[in-house]
Amino acid sequence: MATLNLLVVVCILYVALLFAVAFAADRAARAGRITWLRSPIVYTLSLSIYCTAWTFYGAVGFAARSGLEYLTIYLGPTLVMIGWWWTLRKMVRIGRSQRITSIADMISSRYGKSNLLAVFVTLLAVIGTTPYIALQLQSVTLSVATFARNDLTTTVVPDRDSTALLVAVGLTLFTILFGTRNLDANERHHGVVMAIALEAVVKLFALLAVGAFVVWGMSDGISATLARIDASEIAEWRVPGSRWVGLTMLAAAAFLCLPRMFQVMVVENEDERHLRTASWAFPAYVMLMSLFVVPIAAVGLDLLPSAANPDMFVLTLPLLAGQDGLAILSFLGGFSSATSMVIVAAIALSTMVSNHIVMPIWLYATGGSAMVSGDVRSVALRARRLSIAGVVVLGYLYFRVSGGGTALAAIGLVSFAGVAQFLPALMGGLFWRGATRAGALAGLLAGFVIWLYCLFLPSFGPSVVLPQTVLDHGLFGFSWLRPQALFGAAGMDGVVHAVMWSMLLNTAAFIIVSLLSFPRPIERLQGAQFVNVFQHSGTRGSWTGGLAQSEDLLIMSQRIIGARDAQAFFSAAARRQGIGGYLPEPSPDFLQDLERELSGSVGAATAHAMVSQIMGGATVSVEDLMAVADETAQIMEYSNRLEAKSEEQARTARQLREANQKLTQLSVQKDAFLSQVSHELRTPMTSIRAFSEILRDTEELSASDQAKYASIIHDETVRLTRLLDDLLMLSVLESGQVTLNNQHGSLSAMLDRAVAATGGTTEALRIHRDRSTEDIHLHTDLDRLAQVFINLITNARKYCDAQEPELSISAKNDNGILIVDFIDNGSGIAMDHQDVIFEKFSRVGDLKASGAGLGLAICREIMARLGGTITYLPGQGGAAFRVSLPLEARLAAQ
Amino acid sequence: MSGEAGPVFLQRRTYRRRRLKDAARLLPFLGAILFSVPLLWQGTPEAPTRTSSVMLYLFVVWAGLAGLSAVISRHLDDDQDDDTHQGDPPERP
Repeated sequence: MATLNLLVVVCILYVALLFAVAFAADRAARAGRITWLRSPIVYTLSLSIYCTAWTFYGAVGFAARSGLEYLTIYLGPTLVMIGWWWTLRKMVRIGRSQRITSIADMISSRYGKSNLLAVFVTLLAVIGTTPYIALQLQSVTLSVATFARNDLTTTVVPDRDSTALLVAVGLTLFTILFGTRNLDANERHHGVVMAIALEAVVKLFALLAVGAFVVWGMSDGISATLARIDASEIAEWRVPGSRWVGLTMLAAAAFLCLPRMFQVMVVENEDERHLRTASWAFPAYVMLMSLFVVPIAAVGLDLLPSAANPDMFVLTLPLLAGQDGLAILSFLGGFSSATSMVIVAAIALSTMVSNHIVMPIWLYATGGSAMVSGDVRSVALRARRLSIAGVVVLGYLYFRVSGGGTALAAIGLVSFAGVAQFLPALMGGLFWRGATRAGALAGLLAGFVIWLYCLFLPSFGPSVVLPQTVLDHGLFGFSWLRPQALFGAAGMDGVVHAVMWSMLLNTAAFIIVSLLSFPRPIERLQGAQFVNVFQHSGTRGSWTGGLAQSEDLLIMSQRIIGARDAQAFFSAAARRQGIGGYLPEPSPDFLQDLERELSGSVGAATAHAMVSQIMGGATVSVEDLMAVADETAQIMEYSNRLEAKSEEQARTARQLREANQKLTQLSVQKDAFLSQVSHELRTPMTSIRAFSEILRDTEELSASDQAKYASIIHDETVRLTRLLDDLLMLSVLESGQVTLNNQHGSLSAMLDRAVAATGGTTEALRIHRDRSTEDIHLHTDLDRLAQVFINLITNARKYCDAQEPELSISAKNDNGILIVDFIDNGSGIAMDHQDVIFEKFSRVGDLKASGAGLGLAICREIMARLGGTITYLPGQGGAAFRVSLPLEARLAAQ
Repeated sequence: MSGEAGPVFLQRRTYRRRRLKDAARLLPFLGAILFSVPLLWQGTPEAPTRTSSVMLYLFVVWAGLAGLSAVISRHLDDDQDDDTHQGDPPERP
């Protein structure tokens, strides 16, 4: 006969085992031996906290009352799990890339890290979860009471409340001990997860053991059991379609939204690939969990007195059969279900409460700065521990106040419906970039109000919270506001009715307000990152501005994540930036990483707020983005200007180079000129000196010799004078200081003058002219032009090397330009000399002829002054020069 | 967003992989339909649908779905790099 004392001993031993397992797992994790802790099976088993005591005990009760309907609670999550590719994969990826700490953090992070939204979700989660925790306490006390009634050795029935209190205290202790080891909620709670996994095995084994015993021990095998089912009250399949579909959907929604499920599924997820295993293993697990529920219910209904509580069939059937060991195992299964649920729910809720309510208040109370003295880390940890205690105490209080009656049994679905209100905001946030914070708030508010009014408040029973008149006639007497027949939808099942209206209006408000409102920049950034998480898991909303003091950031981070970790993080960041020491540049990338690191400890909204305090509120705004755009434009303009400038400089440099080259050339020319001039002057001077010395020193010179020498000296002097005249004229012409003496005259007369001045037509040079073409009137400096002609004729006389030298002079008026050609019959000028003949001192051919080589240079200068040109005309059978001059006397500028 | 045109023909393995993803996406809908089938079994007053037969049906379907999911997810295991390299097309619910 199982005694209560034995039960208590076993129970204490079991709890001790759980502590030991959690402790060992934590130690193993710290020592780095965590490969087996990270297996996908452990992950799948941790998901089994979905199966609470409500499902362990309650499922049989549910089945005993309404047949197969209890399956909906498991079918919903099964569909979600096998549809993991749609939502869970995305949620887990986002949870990992954004370092999400809770469902409130997820929703607030998606909608621009809004703390208001986080607070709202947290409150809703607390309200929805508290009755559920009470339900777990109730199931434990009920099962203890069941044992006590069976124990004949004692008449002491343990006090209901004290049992619950004892359980609550123990759970709080365990959760605080293993749930708040590290502040970073994003780090895995290995101890807790291992304990939960063990409990998952225990409860499955217990239920299967009881089921197998009932089927084969009490009911002679499968076919006999099936026959018994067919003979029982629940033999008929008569589940209303609305409830079947509605409850399945509700369970699916709750599976995604329950804070504790989010905790184990997303926050505690070690590896995305674990989902692949969980996608089939979890459905298999819940299938096994529910496999024997109907047989147990049918056998219980058959064998036990009708007054027996069907919720306790799992316990009372083994007790009835005298299987005390099995009964204790069954008790442990129920105990495991209850405790694991409370532990995880408390961790999840305490994270939310401390991150989104306590920490912001504390930050505000301490002057709104994270820079005050004191360790934020210890504050955050204490806040979390107090929150855990607070959540469990709330559950206990609810249990005490509600009296633990049958009203509690219905609270499971009520709680589901409450947290399911997160679904539109959550799914909209994952898949719709247009979802806004205002929309999420509106949807949550609408859903919450309707849930409260239609389901939660009426669940306390008539006239407890809501007066009977409101239930019967609606709020303020409006019959369409009756809580259980909203908008005239009477006759529906209460839960389905409330779920339908709350979800409909929630979704509608969410979509409409989202469509009408305009998101802030940070919402849009976060939205893009959530919805397109598979495209860019990398980029995140960015900080701008470099005002932050790295040192302040380090001080703050040390308080939150601990000195060692913070310093390691900062120095790693500094190394990445190529800086030594502990203080990296507060670049946007670094600030993002830091914020994400901090959000693992205190949640996205708080981390964002803390960093922005130090950053001086420099979050991204449209203005910032525009400023960045402006800056870019300015930089582009500046670089354009630079480019233009450098082009200009290149041009200038090129010009300078050319000028320099010209100067160098000129310098060379000048040197050559000087040496030429000195040479030209020296030759006549030498002969003058020599002959004058002969005249002076030689005594007996004949008169004829004297005359000869004197005339040589005279000739040389004349030549010298001419050379100096030429040089003078050239220098005058080149310096541009020439004054032109313009006169009227005819070309014919000028040519006559020139030919006469050069000695006329002689045997040495026959000159041919066509006088009919020479009748051209001129207005120019006739003397200078004549000089040109004289030089050209003299040249022909000197250099023409033909046997019978001839020079033909032809003139013509070509469209107002006078053209005079001087063509001799000599051998002409070689091609490679043609372009140097107009240079000073250039003489071609043999040097038999006298001359300094200035004639053509002078001609060129004169023509340039007169506004014309003189060019060498190749291909005329001899040396040919063309003089061209505009007849309209457009003179070159003086 | 999905404006980028991919190649028309894929390698056989890539093609298989994509169809597996399709299967993974469709599986919950198959499950939902199969789980709703018992609603059609109204029975008659003389011979009402028995809970035991519905129960058997549901558990067979359930086990089948879990098995199918196991097969699909095991083969999806191979395409880890598929996501990281190409990224998924944006998903719509």
